[in-house]
Amino acid sequence: MDAATREAATGDAGIRETVISVRDLVTGFGEGTVLDGVSLDVERGEIFACVGASGIGKSVLLRTIVGLLPRRAGRIAVFGEDPLALGARARRALERRWGVLFQQGALFSSLTVRQNVQFPMREHLRLSRRLMDEVAVAKLEMVGLDASVCEKFPAELSGGMIKRAALARALALDPEIVFLDEPTSGLDPIGAAEFDILIKTLQQTLGLTVFMVTHDLDSLHAVCDRIAVLADRRVITVGPMAAMLASDHPWIRSYFRGTRSRVGHAAAAV
Amino acid sequence: MRDRLLDLSVTEGRLALAAAGSWTADRAGDLERLIETAVRRARGVAAVEIRMGQVERLDTFGAWLLERLVRTLAADGREAAVLDLPERYRGLVEEAHHLNRTPVPRRRTNPIADALARLGHTVVDIARDLLLIMQMFGAMAIVTLRTLARPWTFRLTSMVHHLDRVGWRAVPVILLMTFLLGCIIAQQGLFHFRRFGVDIYVVDMVGILVLREIGVLMVAIMVAGRSGSAYTAELGSMKMREEIDALRTMGFDPLEVLVLPRLVALVIALPALAFVGSMAALYGAGLVCWLYGGMSPDIFLSRLRDAISVDDFAVGLLKAPFMAVVIGIVASVEGLEVKGSAESLGLNTTSSVVKSIFLMVGLDGLFAIFFASIGM
Repeated sequence: MDAATREAATGDAGIRETVISVRDLVTGFGEGTVLDGVSLDVERGEIFACVGASGIGKSVLLRTIVGLLPRRAGRIAVFGEDPLALGARARRALERRWGVLFQQGALFSSLTVRQNVQFPMREHLRLSRRLMDEVAVAKLEMVGLDASVCEKFPAELSGGMIKRAALARALALDPEIVFLDEPTSGLDPIGAAEFDILIKTLQQTLGLTVFMVTHDLDSLHAVCDRIAVLADRRVITVGPMAAMLASDHPWIRSYFRGTRSRVGHAAAAV
Repeated sequence: MRDRLLDLSVTEGRLALAAAGSWTADRAGDLERLIETAVRRARGVAAVEIRMGQVERLDTFGAWLLERLVRTLAADGREAAVLDLPERYRGLVEEAHHLNRTPVPRRRTNPIADALARLGHTVVDIARDLLLIMQMFGAMAIVTLRTLARPWTFRLTSMVHHLDRVGWRAVPVILLMTFLLGCIIAQQGLFHFRRFGVDIYVVDMVGILVLREIGVLMVAIMVAGRSGSAYTAELGSMKMREEIDALRTMGFDPLEVLVLPRLVALVIALPALAFVGSMAALYGAGLVCWLYGGMSPDIFLSRLRDAISVDDFAVGLLKAPFMAVVIGIVASVEGLEVKGSAESLGLNTTSSVVKSIFLMVGLDGLFAIFFASIGM
């Protein structure tokens, strides 16, 4: 996709600030290459989704951007800085500006929910105990949990509550970007829809930039501003939902207009 | 202070607070102190106004502290007005208005009551553990009988695999440690017995001690630490990943598939290791008697032949399979008791080793009484 079409897709690309920029990224394990020449830009304040077939490397892309996986070639810049090129201090300062929600929540099982949410605050900020307690409860309430879960351990929570608590932890330091790895997987459709709304609300109140990897067509439709489609180890197209529905690419057609897609049904009915 | 976050000024009975800069997580500590100062200063005035117009950045921390300031003032009977709030922060400030409304249920703690409660829980836990161990023992007896009736259902490959792990691969470390143990016992014996001129009795002491007690007990303790803990961790992580439930839904008995081969491997391996270990300890003792005590190997061997009987050897090796059963049963009980968290896996692995060692020492005591009364 060239610059002109991207601009056309987002409308006002000129005034927006790019917060994540990936250029010609190559990454893989052992002999195999998972991503080969991936390029994309995420702008401040948008909800950006990354879709693709299972095993295509969506989570690998997310993990590479946050620096959990090494890369073979290419450039990644978050807030204009390459995480791998920074020293330890600057890297910590950069990491403080993003939060990651892992697929299984990755809450620390030996800590209570409150301690989980407070963990990043304890490490990065010097705050009074009272303020930390209040903010932890506030974060949990913002993600739709009530104060009674504070003293529970992750093993005592349901799947949906774990996702919410993990989101509260990801938001603990008021990051500017949140990375969500399959945020609605393992949730029932009602829970997933509530989670979508929650992400949208938080994105609006907190002015977040959201980078998510997902399979959920409903989330894509409900909350995402732009969608990047990964196929053949690279990004084949980037654009809003409407552009996806209009695309002629066979995989995009079958994904967005297949039997699982309500939009596809609606389109077929018309 | 890097820059001003909150300026205070009192005019005509009104406290004017002018907020500025970034009201964010990084400055939240400073901001909290400023807000507490503002609350103290507000005691003497009738009304407070908070001007937010100069705030450059506001996040949840800042919004919450603003909300807390307003709430504290309201609780003190002061009227607080938030003015000039930039439009882009309105949503967040309104959101903060609904937060932290319900008091958090705190766990009240009373040290004495807690200590008593812990004691009570411990007693109940011990009773429960004993019950679980007996249950597992019974269940394993049934599984063993069932497998004896249908020997082709026994998982021989799995058993041989575990035998290799807990038996064959344990040989080097067991040899080394029991050899050193034999050396140390002999050296200590020689050192003290020499004063009475009865060096030769060191051989009696080492022979009887190693064959009857130390050989088997030390080896069993090492196996509990090395293999019992591994069994618990394996079964525990299989439990955590629902692998055991999966086996059950496919119509397999986890005890038959997972526990029996492990238990049989231990029952075979432990007596063999105890034998090898006892021999290594005697060898070490002989070596020390020769090199340190100046006792020739011929004398050591002939004295050893007089000092010990087949009974001593039998007493030691007879205990070994029972110890193996204790290790295996305790390890399986603890493994299957693992809950969802990583911490519980660690806890159960530790308690598997501690409990099996404790039970083995207890069992050893019972055996000592038993063998003494039947004259062995």
